[in-house]
Amino acid sequence: MGKTVKFVQGNEACVEGALYAGLNFYAGYPITPSTEIAELLSLKLPPRGGKFIQMEDEIASLCAIIGASLTGCKVMTATSGPGFSLMQEALGYAVMAEIPCVIVDVQRGGPSTGIPTHVSQGDLNQARWGTHGDHAIITLTASNHQDVFAMTVEAFNLSETYRTPVILLFDEVVAHMREKLILPEPGELHTVERLKTSVKEGVDYHPYLPREDGRLPMSDFGGVHRYNVTGLVHDMWGFPSTEPRVVHGLLRHLVDKIENRAHELARFKEFHLEDADIVLISYGSSARSALHIVEERRRRGERLGLLELQTLWPFPGDVVRTRCARARAVVVVEMNMGQMVPWVKLAVERPDRVFLANRIDGVFITPADIHNILRIIQGRGV
Amino acid sequence: MAVKDYLRERFFPHLWCPGCGHGEVLGGMIRAIERLGLKKNDIVMVSGIGCSSRIVGYVDFHTLHTIHGRALAFATGVKLARPELTLIVPMGDGDALAIGGNHFIHAARRNIDITAIVMNNRIYGMTGGQFSPLSGINVSATTAPFKTIDKSFDIVELARAAGATFVARSTTYHAQHLSEVIEKAIRHKGFSVVEVLTQCPTYFGRKNRIGDAPEMVKWLKDHTTPVGSKAKQENPELIERGIFVDIEAPEYCEEYSKLVERARGGSR
Repeated sequence: MGKTVKFVQGNEACVEGALYAGLNFYAGYPITPSTEIAELLSLKLPPRGGKFIQMEDEIASLCAIIGASLTGCKVMTATSGPGFSLMQEALGYAVMAEIPCVIVDVQRGGPSTGIPTHVSQGDLNQARWGTHGDHAIITLTASNHQDVFAMTVEAFNLSETYRTPVILLFDEVVAHMREKLILPEPGELHTVERLKTSVKEGVDYHPYLPREDGRLPMSDFGGVHRYNVTGLVHDMWGFPSTEPRVVHGLLRHLVDKIENRAHELARFKEFHLEDADIVLISYGSSARSALHIVEERRRRGERLGLLELQTLWPFPGDVVRTRCARARAVVVVEMNMGQMVPWVKLAVERPDRVFLANRIDGVFITPADIHNILRIIQGRGV
Repeated sequence: MAVKDYLRERFFPHLWCPGCGHGEVLGGMIRAIERLGLKKNDIVMVSGIGCSSRIVGYVDFHTLHTIHGRALAFATGVKLARPELTLIVPMGDGDALAIGGNHFIHAARRNIDITAIVMNNRIYGMTGGQFSPLSGINVSATTAPFKTIDKSFDIVELARAAGATFVARSTTYHAQHLSEVIEKAIRHKGFSVVEVLTQCPTYFGRKNRIGDAPEMVKWLKDHTTPVGSKAKQENPELIERGIFVDIEAPEYCEEYSKLVERARGGSR
């Protein structure tokens, strides 16, 4: 049997990936350029017996999916900058209470209402530090629809594995562009199901006592174990505590479970890095233009390479450091004012050789834009 | 079962001040649940932030202590995901109707089968006595040193207008009545609201020189009257208590099930 091939927008690739991963509860609020995700799921979830609800705002949307996740559902919401800003408090709640959920932010230009129908990658650091307090977060992205599908599945897998919200940070170009998507067969991609406790009824279940491997098996609301979930600092029963030992232990656990695994959480693609003396680092739709210029210059014998990051947070510093070790220059290609540049500079041995190729005018960064920056770095002028 | 069988004794003593009315609401709620014969595993209690919201820590149900004002949004997610569960959402007046006002009216509009209990002590207690949207005018609070000029909501009228299909009001003085209306509210299919007038002697009582807890409870007795009573006609200042709305209307989760059938049948 032939594979199902579709010609779709990136937002639809995300929807297909989410359904493949087992999404069965979606709550959302309309906002450009993410709205197609809600529209498609309002069509596709009900026939499968899944739940779709349009909430009164983005705050309520994230709250509703957190509630549904506690009953055992695989859950998602999607939004763009202004809605993502509204979600930050509930995002921190999901971090603190360790509730698996997936949040899609299809980036528009900001700040504020900004430029809703145009492209930007300006939410990179908001994804990292949007919610208050020390915490760790997983954020993934993709540059093409096959990868949007795969990273969406990955987002669900990581959220279940680490009991944490995972952010999918897409951008307007990937979300609205149409291209080919080959739907994987069931079983072709690995999907992670909810880890449920094996503790029997009548035996004390500790919802926040990690197993030896650090994982926290869950028990569905409505099941045989009744426990408390809170955004307050809590002990292994989920009951509020201000005990310094408990506070320290919980914060360390929340951060370490992700930051200590930065290497294994790193998802990335390498193009011509083996002998590259100029390494481009990019992500999302920007990586398409970066790849274009790398391949064009390679044909002319120039040694350019591309490191395309798909895991944005935790920042894959080791990957960046090793791939840039031999480079004369590292050029970060992104559509913001250089939000990833400091992280790259921290990772590499020669931060003075890190440059930025960017656009911030709502227009998609072209190979010509990157070309001009490369000529300046190479001392050849534009 | 005895009342204590519904409590998590491990987590007592509770954090409420002496004389606080929240314990009476807790007692009334548990007695209602006992009379209804609900299984503990079938109850999910969701709360927000504030003194009232800490109620969920003390009860032996599935409990979700969330963020300020958003309890009904979390509860909506739980209920739609698992409609067979009983959802009870205790909230404070500021929690439910200042920061949470939008979720309150939208939960009512959907008529989703959740019981909201608004514990109205007309003050933000946990932060130390600031006025709330239920304080009313001419009230002293730590953010109203020259007394309030902000009018208050009427929870009953707001809930009714927003589409709640069961709306009642009681007080901590009328403990038996309180428990009975909570029982009816939980039994009701659809969005039900119980406003409980309760006392905060620590802040509202002290700031407004009403007296200690017994005097505040007596105030509730003296200033309320059964709905439709002759006393209300004679003294319009009295606050009515009782059941104001009790109607049948399509419930959200049941309508969603019908939508699923339509979607599966291919019709739109």
